[in-house]
This record gives sequence, C-alpha cells and structure tokens, in this order.
Amino acid sequence: MSRSKSLAVKYLTAAVLLFGVMTLAGLMSAIYYINPDFLFGLVHFSVAKMLHIDTMIIWLLMGFMGAVYWFLPQEFGCEPAGIWAAEILFWVFVAAVLVVAGIFLFVQWGPGTEMTLWLVQQGRKYVEAPRWAAIGVALVMLVFAWNVVGTALKSRRITGVMAVMSVNMVPLVLLYLIAFPKIDNMAVDLYWWWWLVHLWVEATWEILIGCIMALAMMKLLGTSRTIVEGWLYVEVSLVLGTGILGLGHHYFWIGTPDYWLGIGGFFSALEPLPLLGMVVHAVYDAGVHRMKTSNRPAFYWTLAEAFGNFLGGGVFGFMITLPQLNLFAHGTQWTVSHGHFAFWGAYACGVLSVCYIALQEQRRLVTVDGPGWVWAFVLLNGGLIGMVGSLLVAGMAQAFFERAIGGSTLEAFIAGQENPWFALGMYSRFGFGLMFAAGYLTLAWNLFALGRREAAVVVQPMPAE
Amino acid sequence: MPFDDPAFWRAGAISTTAVMAIVLAMLTIDSLEAIAPGGSHVPPYTVINRHIDYAHNVKLGRDMPVIGKDEPLFGKAVDAPEAGTLIERGKLVIQSRACMDCHTFMGNGAYYGPDLTKAWLDPAWEAWTAITGADSREEAMVRFLMAPDQYATWQRRMPNLGISRDEAVATVAYLKWLASIDTNGFPIHFGRIKVSE
Repeated sequence: MSRSKSLAVKYLTAAVLLFGVMTLAGLMSAIYYINPDFLFGLVHFSVAKMLHIDTMIIWLLMGFMGAVYWFLPQEFGCEPAGIWAAEILFWVFVAAVLVVAGIFLFVQWGPGTEMTLWLVQQGRKYVEAPRWAAIGVALVMLVFAWNVVGTALKSRRITGVMAVMSVNMVPLVLLYLIAFPKIDNMAVDLYWWWWLVHLWVEATWEILIGCIMALAMMKLLGTSRTIVEGWLYVEVSLVLGTGILGLGHHYFWIGTPDYWLGIGGFFSALEPLPLLGMVVHAVYDAGVHRMKTSNRPAFYWTLAEAFGNFLGGGVFGFMITLPQLNLFAHGTQWTVSHGHFAFWGAYACGVLSVCYIALQEQRRLVTVDGPGWVWAFVLLNGGLIGMVGSLLVAGMAQAFFERAIGGSTLEAFIAGQENPWFALGMYSRFGFGLMFAAGYLTLAWNLFALGRREAAVVVQPMPAE
Repeated sequence: MPFDDPAFWRAGAISTTAVMAIVLAMLTIDSLEAIAPGGSHVPPYTVINRHIDYAHNVKLGRDMPVIGKDEPLFGKAVDAPEAGTLIERGKLVIQSRACMDCHTFMGNGAYYGPDLTKAWLDPAWEAWTAITGADSREEAMVRFLMAPDQYATWQRRMPNLGISRDEAVATVAYLKWLASIDTNGFPIHFGRIKVSE
C-alpha cells in the first residue's frame, strides 16, 4: 500500500475513534438536561458541550483528510508532494487533540486574560481550542493544501475533481484563520465567526465532501468521470451560488442591517436545491446499477449521505430559515435538531462510506457485506432520526412557549424548559442517543472485524497487486 | 450541445461563485460600518452611561432598544477609554469562561442557559436585587456572577467560575452595552410578558 494510503488509514482510524468520543460527550450533554446535578462541580455542561462539538469538527476533518489521502495516488498516479510532512503532522495533530481534550476536562477555564485564550480555550463555539492548538490545525491545513496542490503541480496532470479540490484549498486554509482573533464587539465577532462556521464548514467542506463523493462514486459504481465532473460543477455552482449569500440567514439578529433579512431569507431558501440534485443523482445511479455493488456498506452510506444531506440540511434547514419563523426558532432546540441532522447527513455518512471503501482495498476483500454493517447502519440512522425528532418536538415547544408567548426572559426560558413537551423531547433524545451509541459500538466492531473476525461476511482474498 | 461539455458547467461554477463573492464583499463593507461602535446599529461603548430600554416601535413594526437619560453603571460615569477597557475586559471574561457553551448571545451559542442578549433588561433582576441584598441591578448582577452556586435559580445551577469582582463589573458593563444593540427585533416581546401572570 502506498504511503498516502497508509496515512489515510491512520486518519480514518483516528476519525472513527474520535467519533466515539463525540458520541460519549453527546450522551453526557443529553444527561444534563434530564439530571442537572450530573457531575456538578466536576465536569459542567459547557465542558461536555465543547468536547462534543469540537470532536465532531475534528473527526470529520480527519475523515476528509483520510479520504483525500486515500484517493490522491489514484488521481495523480504518484505519492503526494510533501507526504513526509503530512506523516509527521498526523502524530502532532493527534497529540494536540489529546492535550486539548485533557485541558478541557481538567483545566476547563482560566482568568479573563489573553493568556487563557492562548493556553486554555478561546470560548468561541466550535473553535474553543486554545490558540496554540489552532495554530497547529492551521499548519495541518496548510500542509494538507500543499499535499493536494503540490501533487497536481508535480504530476503535471489535473482532473476536474482535483482542480475543484485544489482551488477549494485556498478558502479552506484562509477561512480557518478567523479562529484566532479576539474581537471586543460581539456583533463584529459574530459577523466573522459566521464566515468561519458557515463559509468554512458549510461551503468549503460541502465542496470538499462533494469531491470526495465524486471519487467514491467512480470507485463504487464505475460512474464515468465526465458525468461525475459535470455534476460536481453544477453542485459547486448551486452550493456557492446559494450558500455565499445564504450566509445572510445568520445575520438576521446579530446587529447587522435589516437588508440581510431579505437577502439571507431568499438565498438560504434556495440552499436545498443542490442537495435535491444530489438525491436525484444518487437515486439515478442506484437505479442504473440495480443497487448492485461489491461494497454494500459503502454504497448505502453514500445513499444515506445524499438523503441525509437533503433532509437534514435542506428540508430541516428550510423549516427555520425564513426570518419570520427564525425570529422564534433561532437559538432553540429546533436549531439543534437541524444541526444534528445536517452534520450527520452532509458529512458523517460520507466519511463512513469512505471508511468502507478503504477497508475493502486494505484487507483485499472482493465483496464487503454481512449483518454487522446493517445493524450499525440501522442503529446509527435510527438513533439519529429519533434524536432529531425528539429535539424538534422540544424545539417547537421552546419556540412557542419561551419565545412567542413568553418573551424570552429568564422566567420564560424556565417555563419553556419545564414544559412537558420539552421535557419529553429531552428524555426521548437521551433514549435515542443510547441507540445511536449502540450503533457506534457496532460500527466500530464491524470496521475492526470485517474480513478479519466477522464470520458472516463473504470474504475472498484478492490477488496481490 | 454545450450542456454535455463539463467545461460549460465549469464556466458557470466560476462565474456564479465570483459574482456572489463580490456581492458579499460589498455587503460586508457596508455591514461592518453599521455594526462598528457608534454605527447605525451599534451604539458606542459609552452607552453604558445611559438608561437602556427595549420597546415596540410601531413605525418599524418590531422591538428595538431605546437609549434614554443618563444612568451610569454604579452611579459613576466613565469616559470613552474607560468604557472601552471595560468592554475589552468583559469580552475576555465571556470567552475565558466559555459562557457561549451554556448560553446564547444574539441566539448564538449553546442552549442550556438563557439567552443573554437582553439579560441587562431582564425583569428578574428586580427580585434578584432583594435576594442578593444589593442596592442596584448592577450590584445584584455582580454578586450573582461572583457566586452563582449560592443563588440557585432553579434546577439548573450556574457553576462558580471564579469570577473576581473586577471581572464581574466588566461583564455587567458588557451585558449593558449588548442590550443597546439593534438586533432587528430579536428577541421578540422581551420583558413585555410575564409568564407568571
């Protein structure tokens, strides 16, 4: 196996392990809502929350990087430029993640000085990691970009998919730099923070996963490059054509001028279009190939990606994106419902698909199938949909009783949180969270054992290359 | 047919992205001007010397802040550099204690605690002034922030985050300034409805 693919396996393994940490921290976050005394004085809700969302960002990022390192040699026909630097940085990245997790758990906060932002945490959602660690992530991103762009230059050939990915590396690196500054003015701070969260996570990541899924479709179904690249350009046009100004739906209430109500509402309402296109294309491809593939888990996770992205990002996002409704739904569990579904559908399913693609080649399996992945698929998706539905019920109750009727004061907040529908949603979310966690354990076991220990899988050794 | 050629769609992707990016850049320039302290939507930091209220504007059809007569924090007016220092310190406290990972500001953050956009104006402080034995709203907020675990609000308690008096004063100044920002009517109805009634 090439050095790039070995590195890919390391990144994908680290991603799956961090996925477990994210799941555990998510379960902890859910417990606080039904038992507020849980670990009080030791580990507060904010710590569990930080671990939950930051590990989500990192495991997905590692998953993307693993996927790209996996496909790079086949796209360029050579090892990536600067692979040695990427190999070293992988271990630096892992060590930094472990140290930051330790700081979050055992230090938790510091005095109100710049030193705390450098050494402990920055207190900005999604990018809480202290600046020293953020510099490390920026360095990893820079080397990742070098690996992609440098390899294209070295090999003197470029495919359409890799051209899109190479150009996408520029905003991927630049937008992350917003993770650093401390801006006193909350309105300005949130303005730029949303560039990081929306344009980095929801635009450059969307393009990156689009490229990864294009490569996966060629690998899984043998779809022609011309068709895949044509669709990729259409997706880029739609994602960025609607998403760049769709950013405006985050600017409704942060102090920015009211023209964002119209601009953000209009363009974000169009954002489901590229996601719908993805579903149409996935269904078309699945039909053409009569659902036949040598790697069923990878194929089904690809389908889950298309449907999850459309439903979670598109439909659930559209529900709350118009300002007339967002005024009530913004900052409630309704948003959390959308967030869980969108991240799962848009990114997590895609990364899991690539895990199975890599696993098939790494373990030289002619076919990948068996009951293990089916259990994992059902438990994870069932648990996720259950959580999303529970949060939706809780969020709607909160939007109505706290926001619309109560007026969002402390008294209204408490009334909303104590509402029986809200409480039911929280208990239900925890129950489905347990189901999701069981799915994770099944997935982890399946990924570990497939082709090695799982007896039910049909395994036929491939001839060595 | 040009539609069969990926180059056609590539040109579309490049031009669409370029146009949208240019429009976003233009809107960003205008928005940053509006949200700078003293801009059309964000008052200068010295607004902490004034009375701040939140009322429904019939003409605009939405709630918005109302800046009133002089009402300095702790009865002592501050000049622009002093106000700037307080705001800078307050923001550092908010970030160093990860307030955003339990609360929301302008609806952004985590949802375990209440939204703090208009926390300065919350009617609950009337009761909390008596509970904390303070003689003003700002003093009640300071006492609460310094020892939140001693003043249980309901089942969910805020942990003691080791906030010093200076840090608490700066945080209160920050929350007062925050309440003065025109957030296009978010949160709606704030303080005009009492759930208990």
